[in-house]
Amino acid sequence: MDYVVEMLNIRKEFPGVLANDNITFILRKGEIHALLGENGAGKSTLMGILFGMYQPDSGIIRMYGKEVHISNPNVANALGIGMVHQHFKLVHNFTITENIILGMEPKTGLTIDIKSAAKRIKELSERYKLNVDPDAKIEDVSVGVQQRVEILKMLYRNAEVLILDEPTAVLTPQEVNELMNIMKSLAAEGKSIILITHKLKEIKAVADRCTVIRRGKLVGTVDVAAADESQLAEMMVGRQVSFKVDKQEKEPGEVILKVENLSVLSNRKVLGLKNFSLEVHAGEIVGIAGVDGNGQSELVEAITGLKRVESGRILLKGQDITNMPVRSRIRSGIAHIPEDRHKRGLVLDYTIADNMVIEIYDQFPFSQKGLLNKDSIRSYAEKIMNNFDVRAGQGADSAARSLSGGNQQKAIVGREIELNPELLIAVQPTRGLDVGSIEYIHKRLVDQRDKGKAVLLVSLELDEILNLSDRIAVVNNGELVGIVNASNTNENEIGLMMAGIKKGVEA
Amino acid sequence: MKLRFRIHLPKTTIVSLLAVVFGLIAGAILILATGNNPFEGYSYLFRGGLMNIERVGNTLATSTPLILAGLSVAFAFRTGLFNIGAAGQMLFGGFCATAVGLTLNWPKAIILPVMMIAAITGGALWALIPGILKARFNVHEVVSTIMMNWISYWVIYYIIPAYFKGSYLETESRQLPHGASLKADWLTHLFGGSYINLGIFIAVAAVVATAFILDRTVMGYELKAVGLNRYAAEYAGINVNRNIVLSMMIAGALAGLGGATLYTGNALSMQIGVMPSQGFDGIAVSLLGSNSPVGVLGAAIFFGILYSGKGFMNAMTRIPPEIADTIIATIIYFAATSVLIERALGWLKQRKRGA
Repeated sequence: MDYVVEMLNIRKEFPGVLANDNITFILRKGEIHALLGENGAGKSTLMGILFGMYQPDSGIIRMYGKEVHISNPNVANALGIGMVHQHFKLVHNFTITENIILGMEPKTGLTIDIKSAAKRIKELSERYKLNVDPDAKIEDVSVGVQQRVEILKMLYRNAEVLILDEPTAVLTPQEVNELMNIMKSLAAEGKSIILITHKLKEIKAVADRCTVIRRGKLVGTVDVAAADESQLAEMMVGRQVSFKVDKQEKEPGEVILKVENLSVLSNRKVLGLKNFSLEVHAGEIVGIAGVDGNGQSELVEAITGLKRVESGRILLKGQDITNMPVRSRIRSGIAHIPEDRHKRGLVLDYTIADNMVIEIYDQFPFSQKGLLNKDSIRSYAEKIMNNFDVRAGQGADSAARSLSGGNQQKAIVGREIELNPELLIAVQPTRGLDVGSIEYIHKRLVDQRDKGKAVLLVSLELDEILNLSDRIAVVNNGELVGIVNASNTNENEIGLMMAGIKKGVEA
Repeated sequence: MKLRFRIHLPKTTIVSLLAVVFGLIAGAILILATGNNPFEGYSYLFRGGLMNIERVGNTLATSTPLILAGLSVAFAFRTGLFNIGAAGQMLFGGFCATAVGLTLNWPKAIILPVMMIAAITGGALWALIPGILKARFNVHEVVSTIMMNWISYWVIYYIIPAYFKGSYLETESRQLPHGASLKADWLTHLFGGSYINLGIFIAVAAVVATAFILDRTVMGYELKAVGLNRYAAEYAGINVNRNIVLSMMIAGALAGLGGATLYTGNALSMQIGVMPSQGFDGIAVSLLGSNSPVGVLGAAIFFGILYSGKGFMNAMTRIPPEIADTIIATIIYFAATSVLIERALGWLKQRKRGA
């Protein structure tokens, strides 16, 4: 019997939602099995059932051919099922070893036997090529390493089935590659891996088989080798999806944004952006490509006014805005889709209606003489929600917190575009979204360009940059490496520039 | 103009009511433990607060400073600040009103508004300092408002004997003349000789005004946005620091008014060396009222009943008066752990569905 896990005819209903409707999922030993579906399709529910967080209404689970009842996560752990959650569960001022043994500390008498634990962790780390220093503290290591610690935690507990929930959402492209290699070596050692994702490229890269769920129903399980990305996408979304963004050639117009010799301090009080210059014209999308943390956020925060400029100038349509307050910049025509929709983009405990006017609540018709006009706020929000296909349980009166990530993001994009800005700054506008929403948001960004507005796109997804941009500026270590035209470059060239190798400069 | 206040989520109301019920049950167990009959005890407790028109008046008067202190804490809470300094703001606001009342000899209709403005200004000034410290230097308001409490305490300790000494006692200010107090004859008569005074109207007006500011104005929108997510507020170009200072000042003004109702309405003089406990009870009132102005009103009146009824219970039974304080403390405890109550409610609901 080489089936490790069999989930047969699983059904789970939440109040008002049929999250899993007769889903069958079978995991073979030593395979990487992708679980694909849009946000809210029921992937997390299905895995929650396997991990003991929910009980199925009907259906059975077998492991190694024997029926099991997984009543809580401890039972799952005992059965050899481990899960790496999207948000890591680590103690930041503990060492890696301490984090891994937390809850099952090996003891000699009254003291914890850290040494033998560290030794075993080192062995595991070497065997699976995880490259982790057991004595390092969590707060000192990168997100990629933290994720590997979570994987080690499961291996230390002798997990045979590893569930990875959207593991690449928080990683840089390099870390994604490392993770994929780790997954392959784990599978080669006989571990079975379930990869929850909606990124087709990753599935093509590592998975053996792929089970697709749509709206709580099983669409099918396919061999990844036999399917291409567009077939998988169609299974997931239920219709044809175009990856290529339709974009007409367009002559750029006047200069909208001009950044001159800009230097900005990072949060660590060193120069995060050094002597940076860039122009963005009307009717073009300029993409900023680079590995995370190479000056992108400093650039964006300087332009939007969230961060002070050390030296240099920022001009919007010829007007110097270097020291203008944030609100005045918004009024002068800068809109900003922020990187982190929960931190900056939304007041989660406000309604969607209130969130839609967060930059303009003090203007007519939303308020008059200091008093809010709730009716016009609501109808404005409803307009945005209609135009941008934002779905919420109680319409504009829903708390922003209650919306799914995709709908929250569409709401923010709608709000910013509705300001009709001269310059739209979009930072990671499709982070963590499903294919359908990505396609939609990309189209709206191109619309903005076609209307003759300027768009500055910052993204860690190289595909997104290459597909949308007219010109691409590559940053490395806070410096501009070079600017290339999107039409005559490729992933390889940009990748090299991201590593800091200047184009055309002979070594 | 259409006035429409958001009725608060029934869930928070249910949680608050449950906290009250649990507190009363815990109190009943304690009364039993002292060898008394809880039903008898509670009946005297509530009769002591509500038995006749005079006692109702006294209950309302007891509630008045609690309402304003509760509003002060709730307002700060709603904008993301924890104002533990209501006591000091009450002292200083109350002192400003008293000083005006003892110094100026103007007709009642003029002096009273001036005294209230003095109280508002004094309270606001006292909260302005922690506000600026928070906005400028990121000094936590819990620390600075507590320190301001003691500064207020000692300032009053010095000024009252030095400039407003009473005729008999060194530790008290002179009595306010009738023409400079919130007491009103018609109100005293209406409530059968109770010490209720115009303060209750001020408190209710403050409830309405606070609810209005929070729910209907641009100012309230900004204040709440800063409180709920200062990064998003910053992103949208809302001046975070200005709103922190403004919020502290409004909270201080409300507490200052509370001080005025305490020292120029319920009492007619100020004692030195006493920190008004209402300032701290305000935190409990705000918590039980789930930080909504209307909730604060209800919670403060409930606390008022307990406070003014406990003497009667003590006189009529052998239940120690500390029981009433214990009940209040237990209710606060349950209100503070409302998360647990909410979770229990959710669990019950789920079980019902499963059955």
